[in-house]
Amino acid sequence: MNWFLSWISGAILYAAPILFPTLGEVVEQRTGMVNLGLEGLMLLGASVGFSVSFVTRNAWLGVLAAAGVGLVANLIYAGLVVHRRAHQLAAGLALMFFGIGMSALIGKPYVGQMAPGLPKYALAGSQSLLFRYDPLVYLAFLLAPLLWFLLFRTRFGLWLRAVGESPAIAYAAGVSPNAVRYFAAALAGTLAAVGGAHLSLGITGTWSEGMTAGRGFIAIALVIFSRWNPLRAIAGALLFGGAVVLQLQLQAQGVGISPFFLDMLPYVLTLLVLLVWGRGVRHVAPASLGRVYFGTE
Amino acid sequence: MGDTPVLRLVEITKRFPHVVANDRVSLELLPGEIHALLGENGAGKSTLVKIAYGFYQADSGEIYVHGKKVDISSPRDARRLGIGLVFQGFTLIPALTVAENVALFLAELPWVVRPRDLHRALREASRRYGLELDPATPVWQLSVGEQQRVELLKLLLANARILIFDEPTKVLVPHEVENLFRVFQGLREDGYSLIFITHKLREALTCADRITVMRQGRVVGTVRPGETSEEALLHMMFGERLGEVVRAAGREPGEPILELRGVCTKPVGTAPGLADVDLVVRAGEIVGVAGVSGNGQRELGDAILGLLRITRGKKLFLGEDATRWPPRRLIQKGVAFVPEDPLAMAVVPWFSVLENLGLLDPRRFSRLGGLGLDWAGVRAHLQAGFARLGLNPLPEQARAATLSGGNLQRLVLVRELSRPYHLVVGLYPTRGLDVRSANAVRQALLAAREEGKGVLLISEDLNELFSLSDRIVVMLRGRLVGEFRPEAANLTEVGRCMTGAGVGHA
Repeated sequence: MNWFLSWISGAILYAAPILFPTLGEVVEQRTGMVNLGLEGLMLLGASVGFSVSFVTRNAWLGVLAAAGVGLVANLIYAGLVVHRRAHQLAAGLALMFFGIGMSALIGKPYVGQMAPGLPKYALAGSQSLLFRYDPLVYLAFLLAPLLWFLLFRTRFGLWLRAVGESPAIAYAAGVSPNAVRYFAAALAGTLAAVGGAHLSLGITGTWSEGMTAGRGFIAIALVIFSRWNPLRAIAGALLFGGAVVLQLQLQAQGVGISPFFLDMLPYVLTLLVLLVWGRGVRHVAPASLGRVYFGTE
Repeated sequence: MGDTPVLRLVEITKRFPHVVANDRVSLELLPGEIHALLGENGAGKSTLVKIAYGFYQADSGEIYVHGKKVDISSPRDARRLGIGLVFQGFTLIPALTVAENVALFLAELPWVVRPRDLHRALREASRRYGLELDPATPVWQLSVGEQQRVELLKLLLANARILIFDEPTKVLVPHEVENLFRVFQGLREDGYSLIFITHKLREALTCADRITVMRQGRVVGTVRPGETSEEALLHMMFGERLGEVVRAAGREPGEPILELRGVCTKPVGTAPGLADVDLVVRAGEIVGVAGVSGNGQRELGDAILGLLRITRGKKLFLGEDATRWPPRRLIQKGVAFVPEDPLAMAVVPWFSVLENLGLLDPRRFSRLGGLGLDWAGVRAHLQAGFARLGLNPLPEQARAATLSGGNLQRLVLVRELSRPYHLVVGLYPTRGLDVRSANAVRQALLAAREEGKGVLLISEDLNELFSLSDRIVVMLRGRLVGEFRPEAANLTEVGRCMTGAGVGHA
């Protein structure tokens, strides 16, 4: 029982850093943009957040700095895609490599150091050491319904979804597809970087190169799993978080399985789930996903 | 009437690369009138109304709304001025519901949208205008007529007083057209002003108060239906007399080119599959396929072209078993295809005319072992093709997407019919084309017959089938239910057979 509770508790914690980028990508893809640069954005967030926290001795300043850097970096991506009409996958990969390199450079002096982490507050009613989280965890789980409301119950959400289905029709309706896409990119960049910062400031308390370990790509997979619905993204994030914690627990128990194999577990699980649940996804995907919008010339 | 025009376009000029779509075009829309904009494909009608709606910007010219000079630089501006446009092919998003599609175009939508309130408002509005619709249905589930109702509702709820329709009847069946015109009359009585685009004379004459005719980017004139005639309008549209389609007397058809023996296919969606279809197309004959659309004609074409798997039966091409041949092999062996919608089925929209022509037969023009293309060769071939079919050459560098429907079909004809072939399959090849473009297609099919090729013509236009075909077969629910010789049958007989009222052989 104890083991089970700590597994649940851990799954929630580890779900948060993947939930942020997933939610951002859901919104971004709803406007028709596939952003493969999430991994880079997360790493940028993790290293900027950590180093700012280390220098200022204030974790919140770190989170804020990470958010700002993520926002700016993803606006550059959006500029390439929206105004320069660059290929989305190529621009996304460029952003990823930029993020990987830049984060390594920024984080170099702080490898192996400790920075102030985020304060933790117990979930209502919890007395034990379990179920105590930093505010970013609560924020992540609160954001999902908020973004759901934004997408499906507001005028702006209707615009967002319309742009993702058909920018030309949205334009005919008086919506500016470019403005909507810039907004979505700004939000997605911010969230991805905050997710990264949560990893370094909320979970590990350290910075190491490439510490996101492919979570940016898992987030993209979870977007498909969630069928572009922020509420279902919670399930996806918990699944991945649960797999990560399970693997940590198994390693801690000293199970006779190669640790390298165990490291693989969350990724294999995500793949399997996508294989089972990924059918029929084409019908739900935003119709203009990945397409370049040329305007009316 | 006779007061200030609600909308006045003055000397509008719009150039696209390679074409002047509108050349100093002026148009006046009076309050409470239905104004038809008549002209053949590519006359510049669509461009003009899209400028009025802010979708395109004019290179020069002025726009006045209610006598005041305005600057319309986006659809948003147009809608603020009370101008609404129903696009050809619609601007509905299939994945969204009726309510969401309508809401998208509402000027005063609250920040938070409650589906329940929205649905209630919509149900009331649709009842008021006599346009029954269920707000919660996703648009992809609606019929074409229902989609048009959504479009109209969108404009009415957005308080548009000037309603523009870009070829609203193109997608409708005859009784839906009547309904639409009745709605138009009702709107006019309520004080709305309407412009609709058409290339059908009869529609303009029956429904409009005034008709403005456009030809090659210019306005030829504005007339009232009572003061003109079909001939006069035709003359305005085309300038010179139309060439009639001339069909030479029949010869004995030669060897079978295509043979279908007991061909069956699986049904796809709501469309029926083919059931035991036996059909022979011989050299030097045109076989027409008649039928109400959706009775397996498209499947017949697809099965012949190798796009649809034949589950039972045999397909022979020039005596060889072609049942399992992939499309590429069929093309190489000499099957040409003239489809209904070239942009969707035959050309790459973003390629130029020249590139599209090089596309189908790259091997023939390849150089350096496939590393390069002999563009000069393609160009020469292209020019020869246009000359042989008696067509005016198209601008080589123009993107296919910018060509009008008639010119696109000319492009396809030249590409398909200027390489060695034995069989032409025409799948509704003249649908949506103006009279002159349609005649060019028909003439090309007749020329193919003269040269001893086999022609299979799938069409909904019985007059066309009667004037071109040597034999007409009728499809009903995936079966061939009748065969007629045009000289020995009449339209009513064939029509009865199409609707299942009688099975006949003549």
